[in-house]
Amino acid sequence: MSDTPSELRYTNTHEWSRIEDDTIVVGISDYAQDALGDVVFVELPVVGDKVNEGEEVAVVESVKAASDIYAPLSGSITRVNELLDEQPELLNSDPYGEGWIFAMSLNDPDDYSELLDANSYDEFCSSEENEH
Amino acid sequence: MKTKLYNKHVELGAKLVDFAGWQMPLHYGSQIEEHHSVRQSAGMFDVSHMLAVDFSGEHSKLFLQYLLASDVEKLDQDGRAAYTVMLNDKGGILDDLIVYRLPGDRYRAIFNAGTAQADLDWIDSRAVPKFAVEISPRHDLNILAIQGPEALSRISKLLCTSSLDGLRPFRCTQSNGFFIGRTGYTGEDGVEVLCESEQVEELWEELRELGVNPCGLGARDTLRLEAGLNLNGQDMNPDISPLESALAWVVDWEPEERQFIGRKPLTQEQERGPNRRLTGIVLEGGIMRAGQEVITDKGRGLVTSGSYSPTLGYSVALARVPTAAKGTCKVNIRDREREGRLVRPPFVRKGEKVHK
Repeated sequence: MSDTPSELRYTNTHEWSRIEDDTIVVGISDYAQDALGDVVFVELPVVGDKVNEGEEVAVVESVKAASDIYAPLSGSITRVNELLDEQPELLNSDPYGEGWIFAMSLNDPDDYSELLDANSYDEFCSSEENEH
Repeated sequence: MKTKLYNKHVELGAKLVDFAGWQMPLHYGSQIEEHHSVRQSAGMFDVSHMLAVDFSGEHSKLFLQYLLASDVEKLDQDGRAAYTVMLNDKGGILDDLIVYRLPGDRYRAIFNAGTAQADLDWIDSRAVPKFAVEISPRHDLNILAIQGPEALSRISKLLCTSSLDGLRPFRCTQSNGFFIGRTGYTGEDGVEVLCESEQVEELWEELRELGVNPCGLGARDTLRLEAGLNLNGQDMNPDISPLESALAWVVDWEPEERQFIGRKPLTQEQERGPNRRLTGIVLEGGIMRAGQEVITDKGRGLVTSGSYSPTLGYSVALARVPTAAKGTCKVNIRDREREGRLVRPPFVRKGEKVHK
């Protein structure tokens, strides 16, 4: 069973978000990293880029395949985790900590509450699993 | 379908995938760690989904001389083996295989799982009624590949035999009911062991006790790619000849009177010169994948296999490009052109980087 911290919010494309004032820090969930397998390359977004909710902003390549990472909400990229250039495997070993991918400021911080909570995300994952 | 070791894979927590209708382990946790274990010590793969086929009877040799692009006449002693391809009438590749010469004018060939049934149909259709050859698919045999610098010493220990000391590459032998070929698909030393179903679970467990690491098809793919070994259905297919697949070396043109299947179109292609060749690309700053476009100084080509190389720490690929292309190239990775370099495979030889 994968780890889904209750203090975070999630999307049905498997990103997690943590709110810090009016910005969110974004990464991929434990469920997602496990499904991807060994992560070997991360294409980071560009700081300053304005992005819309659901827009492709980063790419995570595992040994198996490339996967798009989507902006959970609308806003601007404020920071990226440059550690991942040298250590992409942090996405596997510490998906909710050192494996964060980027941070973005939100156009409307209230949007955060629209994201899935941990229970809803877990339910979503089990329904996805059952389809396979 | 499931191999005899299916329950073992599940017990070990394997991530299972469908491969040509077989439930096979992709990895048991970390594909990269499995890859390294083969480069550094010893790993084992359940490849029982592949199909061994025995050829016997008066015309077994004659038939294989007709069926395969290599001349089995070159296997001049029992126990010798060769890598070769089976072509269609257009000179395209139906499958690649290793053929072993067994005692008593018999031969054994091991075919890929994905094409096994089509291969058998093809072989049957070409055998009758001209050849007195008996074709026996050995669905009863299981296949374990034990690969890595320590593979040979560990399997010798297990079999309590010194008979493997003299077993040279591309030779096979029989020991304790096992058929053992010093062959593989990883670019490392090692063996492929064929055995009956009642032996395979015990063999697997004993090898585990000796520290041989179970590895999945994921690691098998990155290992073979680093070694520059083609994968059928990906780097080659029935529309592509061995000349455009970096496999001209397996084709035996001599003796001229040997009329193997596909010889005529292949000869014509050889005379006019192949348009394309299969070669390698190394690239940092992105991961190449099959199907991506390659832009060279002589025109466009296509990545046929691409991945991350765990040994090198960057991406390597096999690609089919215009014959004269050389030097740097661009690879279109997700709508971004990244610069790579055309190099001659392999990328890794005996655990070491080949290209600076």
